[in-house]
Amino acid sequence: MSFAMLAKGSAAIAAALTPLVWFAGAGHDRSPTRDPIAVVRIDPGAFAYRQSGEFDRDGQPVNAPQRATRFDRPFFMMTTQVSAALYRRCVAAGACAPLGRSGSARADLPAVGVSWRDATAFAQWLSRETGQSWRLPTDAEWAFAAGARFTDDAVVETDGSFAQRWLTKYDQETALAQSLPAAPQPFGAFGANERGLEDLSGNVWEWTDTCFERQALDASSRPTAPPVVNCGVKVVEGAHRAYVSDFVRDARAGGCSVGAPPSHLGFRLVRDEPGLIAATLRLLRGAGRRG
Amino acid sequence: MLTRRNLMAAAAAAALIAAAPAFADDLAAMPREKVELVAPPFIHPHEQATQRPPSIVEFKMTIQEKDMVIDEKGTKIHAMTFNGSIPGPMMVVHQGDYVELTLVNPETNTMAHNIDFHAATGALGGAELSLVNPGEQVTIRWKATRAGVFVYHCAPGGPMIPWHVVSGMNGAVMVLPRDGLKDENGKPLHYDRAYYIGEQDFYVPRDDKGDYKTYDSLADSYPDTEEVMRKLIPTHVVFNGKEGALTGKNALSAKVGETVLFVHSEANRDSRPHIIGGHGDYVWETGKFANPPQKDLETWFIRGGSAGAALYTFREPGLYAYVSHNLIEAVELGAAAHIKVQGQWNDDLMKQVRPPGPIGGATAGLLDGARPRPN
Repeated sequence: MSFAMLAKGSAAIAAALTPLVWFAGAGHDRSPTRDPIAVVRIDPGAFAYRQSGEFDRDGQPVNAPQRATRFDRPFFMMTTQVSAALYRRCVAAGACAPLGRSGSARADLPAVGVSWRDATAFAQWLSRETGQSWRLPTDAEWAFAAGARFTDDAVVETDGSFAQRWLTKYDQETALAQSLPAAPQPFGAFGANERGLEDLSGNVWEWTDTCFERQALDASSRPTAPPVVNCGVKVVEGAHRAYVSDFVRDARAGGCSVGAPPSHLGFRLVRDEPGLIAATLRLLRGAGRRG
Repeated sequence: MLTRRNLMAAAAAAALIAAAPAFADDLAAMPREKVELVAPPFIHPHEQATQRPPSIVEFKMTIQEKDMVIDEKGTKIHAMTFNGSIPGPMMVVHQGDYVELTLVNPETNTMAHNIDFHAATGALGGAELSLVNPGEQVTIRWKATRAGVFVYHCAPGGPMIPWHVVSGMNGAVMVLPRDGLKDENGKPLHYDRAYYIGEQDFYVPRDDKGDYKTYDSLADSYPDTEEVMRKLIPTHVVFNGKEGALTGKNALSAKVGETVLFVHSEANRDSRPHIIGGHGDYVWETGKFANPPQKDLETWFIRGGSAGAALYTFREPGLYAYVSHNLIEAVELGAAAHIKVQGQWNDDLMKQVRPPGPIGGATAGLLDGARPRPN
């Protein structure tokens, strides 16, 4: 029996017998029934994280510092981006806003044209449906999970001038995005990373839950003051890192914003490993936990 | 070249010759020059001012009907092109020269085509003398009597005219004064580089779901396309035939201190070129060099069916966006190019005095420091 059914209560079991059947929950990840949400377990570990956001020293933009970052607990990340078909179910349930035109509902294609708000609504719906706690990854989690597919966006310093740095960044982003096909590709087209996560840094950029920050640094790359945080703009990850307003579904832009914008906006979710006891309790309480 | 056979075949051409009997003799002795065209945004090598006597300048363009991608999402249309590019290549001559164009319509094409030069006089700009069916070619010659930048376009008659134009068949000619460009006082003006920005409006039909439709053939696409055209709202407004054609790896380039000539044409619709971060130092808004250029413009107006020219000397390095400053058209519909400018930054013209930071942060600190300390 799935959480989907439990969540809807026994009286609604018959109505819940839709193709929407999930993993039976924590501890059952290896025995999916139908429509499994494939995940990859990201084991605890540490890495040098190139922080997101904009940093300046003495009034000049500089590369973000790398910080030694540790994850003490494992988490699970979706093997692929959320599919168009899965997103469509959230729309059908009335919990997600329909995507724009050409919203294909294929199970082998990513949902694209998705804003951070759409992705967040989807995560809430999926959590309700499955009884699991799905959320967008932080930028650090995404970078850690992406491993070799993470693109370090430090600009190779030239003469240190602001204009040259600007031009170099433009060229770097252009080069990274240049060989990508225009249309979203079926899952697997861009291959898996060393952890088995598919299509990272392909032509679909992925939303994270990390807010845009600006930080002034001293000569030793230590913050001189608390950062200014703008949570209306979120970090998106892909072939290169970008910062996009949370309500934007299509980041392509030809005009004022000079740079190489993300081709498509999509997402994949993570969930934390629940303790076995907590999972059991949830299972028992399942019938009561709605909304 | 006007051969006896051509004269017999084209009564209109014969009439033109008859009207100026001395004409042919003069031209027989006239020097000839053959120019290889290059695809925009580039312009074939040319003299800005010339010492040579007026000549016949020979050009050849092959009409290509072909599928072209017009945006970054991969939308494909059945395009019609002069020489395979949208816009067609720019031709540069000097005032008093003769443009002699051979227009080839290969057998593989499906439509009849011709060419109307706004710079030419008579015969509907040459359109009446240049209609070629698939499998034919024609050569026409016209005298460049007026200096300026001028549109050319296909004009095969009736509703075919706008359709061919918005399918890509347009370009520009630049007729330079023999002694080059001049400011309002007659002082010579030069450019270090020249770019030709051809703006194109497209009208692509959509299906019930809102997706752009594709058609088996050019002819099949016509009825739906005409319906979209008649509503006058383009689905795309782009430079160089495709959204993003002049950005990223195809961005234009220049150096601080260089003067760049931007020629901008729109064969069908009004446009408003603007260099974000720059200006038009000298602008021939209507594109005709006998008029003094306007100075220090922020945005200039290109009337539909015309070309204009702007000179700008870059003074700061970095990125510039060259847009049509209806920003909806620039950002949403595609009318934007980028210019990468190398050089030394000049703090005198622009400086970030204090980087973004918490409100009151650094300023408050300074004020605190300036406050007299209590004894």
